[in-house]
Amino acid sequence: MSDGSVPVEESGPVAVDSRAMTKRFKELLAVDRLSFEVRSGEIFGLLGPNGAGKTTTIRMLVTLLRPDSGQATVFGFDVVAQTMAVRRLIGYVPQQLSADGSLTGWENVMLFARLYDLPRRSRKASVVESLQLMGLSDAAGRLVSTYSGGMVRRLELAQALINQPRLLVLDEPTIGLDPIARAEVWERVLSLRREAGTTILLTTHYMEEADELCDRVALMHKGQLKASGTPAELKASLGPEATLEDVFRHYSGDHFEEEGGTLKDVRSVRRTARRLG
Amino acid sequence: MCAQSVAQRAASADLRPAPAWWRVVLSRVVTFCWVEIAKIRHDRTELYTRAIQPALWLIIFGETFTAIRAIPSGGRPYLDFMAPGVIAQSALFVAIFYGIQIIWERDAGILTKLLSTPTPASALIAGKAFGASIRSLLQAAVVVVLAALLGVGMPLNPLDYLAAIVFIVLGAAFFSTLSLTIAGVVLNRDRLMGIGQAITMPLFFASNALYPISVMPGWLQVLSTINPLRYEIDALRGLLIGTPSNLPLDFAVLLVACIAGITTSSRLLRRLTQ
Repeated sequence: MSDGSVPVEESGPVAVDSRAMTKRFKELLAVDRLSFEVRSGEIFGLLGPNGAGKTTTIRMLVTLLRPDSGQATVFGFDVVAQTMAVRRLIGYVPQQLSADGSLTGWENVMLFARLYDLPRRSRKASVVESLQLMGLSDAAGRLVSTYSGGMVRRLELAQALINQPRLLVLDEPTIGLDPIARAEVWERVLSLRREAGTTILLTTHYMEEADELCDRVALMHKGQLKASGTPAELKASLGPEATLEDVFRHYSGDHFEEEGGTLKDVRSVRRTARRLG
Repeated sequence: MCAQSVAQRAASADLRPAPAWWRVVLSRVVTFCWVEIAKIRHDRTELYTRAIQPALWLIIFGETFTAIRAIPSGGRPYLDFMAPGVIAQSALFVAIFYGIQIIWERDAGILTKLLSTPTPASALIAGKAFGASIRSLLQAAVVVVLAALLGVGMPLNPLDYLAAIVFIVLGAAFFSTLSLTIAGVVLNRDRLMGIGQAITMPLFFASNALYPISVMPGWLQVLSTINPLRYEIDALRGLLIGTPSNLPLDFAVLLVACIAGITTSSRLLRRLTQ
């Protein structure tokens, strides 16, 4: 998507600034002195296999986890010292499909309109608009337990968008979705950036998707940043036929797919560890 | 369509001033009450199934003990004495398992998302606790109607009911924060169920729900002084059947218990999302 999309100013304001962020879970060093920048208005992809530390990074940026050391800001607000200011600027869609199945689509979005303190006068209009934007107007009155996976994901986008966030944070937004639902989610995300100029930070382990959609990407492996740049730059540095997967293999010295199959998500590893010990 | 207007208002999120903390707490309480009402509207089965137990207490236990006159009930029929106790008890039984919902929300990823909104942990817990009291109130309403049908002389003054609602809400909010606290410690639904089961009966029996404090053995009387349920029942009995009670003390104890419960469980909330 490097061509035909909104040009990103090289010197644009910084949306996310991570400086040597580090997070450790007992013996596991989940994120290791991670530094990167997301520029305002761009789609930035954090790539890597499961267990690379992407989700932990995201959770620190959306103020759900505290970094052990290092720091990060979102539009200049510190993620530890100014949590509420940061939260007011972001919309967050976690990896897990997580709308409330015992409420309707409309109620799910209304809940977030209230949690973001939208003024009472404009709440209903905003909810209707947000649902419409995600193509859910017809299903709005149905219980979410009747929704398909792709619909739930679009509903979650509607929830995250209700506050018109400056930064939209998407953790594996298309995981577990069929190709059609996936394309639909991407279409909505792209139109959002096009129309509203929202900055988007996403994680994914689908390399082709990242290649196609992101303005810039960062490759993570075992908690560390291995490379960053535009997909074109990264590929060009290896040769004319290189794919992002080749780039990943080059910088990490590891096979992407194998890694993905054996390493579990950090959170589930920790859960298991807790359950067992 | 409206995409354009979204663009125009794109920066509005950060232009709005942050509301004062007490407004946030109040707004979250209203929000979670609204959520609870929406959920009850979608699925009413729980309301009906939960009415069975208090009905049995009133009809079988209440009628029997009224007939045999075994328990001193201050000159009123035993059923009258017992009715406020059953109201408080049924509200307790709803609230004590409320933590299951937060564990479910944790497992479903909903809690994480709620906490990524500008909602401090204490505001979220206060919202959840008072939202939980909606179910307890409906439960209490069922028992009040049932008691009236069984001939319990209920008051006619709406102010008595209004005051009773305040006490039921405070009681429910406290016991749901107790449940949320246990949830924050054990982090697991089964253990929460077990502990909930284990503590409801002791809370119930170490209170004046079924018998006056004066007939309890000395050690139980001492224990009952730290049981918030005792103060809730004391107040309800005073308001609904007119026995002597100490409303200011009851209110103070329940309010302090609520604040302590909200403080403790909001400290533990992070454990659920890490």
